[in-house]
Amino acid sequence: MIRTLLINLLRFVALVFLQVFLLKNLTLYNLSTPYPYIIFILLLPFETPNILLFALSFILGLTIDAFYDTPGLHAAACVLMAMVRVMFISITVQKDGFDNEPEPTLSVMGFRWFFAYASVLTLFHHFFLFNLEVFRISEIQYTLLRFILSSVFTIFLMLISGFLFFRSKERK
Amino acid sequence: MRNLLIFVSKYNAFFLFLIFEISSLIIYIKYNSFQKATFINSSNQVTGNIYGRVNKLNQYLALRESNDSLMAENARLRNNLPSSFYADTAVKHTVTDTLYHQQYTYIAAKVINNSVNRANNYITINRGSNEGIAKDMGVICSSGLVGIVVNTTSHFSTVRSFLHKDTKISAMVTDTKDIGSMIWGDDLGPHTGLLIDIPNHVKPRLGEPVVTSGFSLFPPGISIGRISKLNAKGGGFFLNMEVNLSVDFSRLEYVYVVINKLAVEQATLEAQQKKDDQDATN
Repeated sequence: MIRTLLINLLRFVALVFLQVFLLKNLTLYNLSTPYPYIIFILLLPFETPNILLFALSFILGLTIDAFYDTPGLHAAACVLMAMVRVMFISITVQKDGFDNEPEPTLSVMGFRWFFAYASVLTLFHHFFLFNLEVFRISEIQYTLLRFILSSVFTIFLMLISGFLFFRSKERK
Repeated sequence: MRNLLIFVSKYNAFFLFLIFEISSLIIYIKYNSFQKATFINSSNQVTGNIYGRVNKLNQYLALRESNDSLMAENARLRNNLPSSFYADTAVKHTVTDTLYHQQYTYIAAKVINNSVNRANNYITINRGSNEGIAKDMGVICSSGLVGIVVNTTSHFSTVRSFLHKDTKISAMVTDTKDIGSMIWGDDLGPHTGLLIDIPNHVKPRLGEPVVTSGFSLFPPGISIGRISKLNAKGGGFFLNMEVNLSVDFSRLEYVYVVINKLAVEQATLEAQQKKDDQDATN
């Protein structure tokens, strides 16, 4: 329990630093901007109570907003993503399957499930984020292009980090 | 009542979602209409401090470029020193002394946070209201125009970069002195701006310099860029031109905040005129 808490705290700080000081300066052709900090919400344990899940998403979003000068923008997108996470997990995972494997990581759940999980959540998050940021329908083509390219970049980074922290003994 | 409680606890995720989503949207919309009035921004103490520290590191890595630009600027300023001119008569010297009052003063500041890749870009600088900076002052750098101050705290200020959708700055093409407006949209990229509202009879040429007109809060003649494409999209009765910006926003390090000593006087006079016009129509 303490271990899970510590790991998640460390992950939160590390992801915010990575996002704000490295990836904020990174963009491909002014179109593709990665936001892999949302992997924090992806990797929270299955047993996380809903209120904690939403509160953490909200706080994570606000922290990123404080550095990006966009109060509420990332918070709104992260809270939407938490909702999609709750629905996705309730549809695809049986409740009684986890005694000692509490986290939805790539090494626990396998590539196919994790890829679908990461893609669906990222697409929802980015779609909401980019449209809320631009907030007008007249530039929809440009926004959609940015949304798709950024999602590809983010999912790519997420899969890489999944393989980087791959622990083979956990595999079923 | 009991059924209601059961219903709420069964679908608690949805209600939590509603609560948090609505509160974040409220923060977002409130922030938009009050122009940075909330405390969650990068001139806040905590984030400002962290940015300052990281910036110290980056500063060291960019020493060579900043030295070069300082040398170039020193050379330019040295050319303007009185000692580098030949004074032909003593009379002229005294006349200039009494005729000219200083209208613009400059405060040097360092950029501690910057972005170029979003739809609305902001810059944070390390000087604030303690040094006399206030909202709506212009910001320039050695190579040209940078933006407008939108918010200050005692030690930091946030500047709306030229790379912002709401930017609209009065500009002038140098050959014919025709006035237009400079704007920017995020489909343009960080090196290009759009010069609009130039009348159709003007024949500008490629590579012609574009400068500030002096109708805005900037001193006249601050460089903005050079015309790179004559017939950009839109237009109608006016010419729209793409302008290659002279400032490289991704490498901004030191900027100057322009303090226009007569700005308040001008604004009061113009407000008075507007009021008089209204009174006359009523």
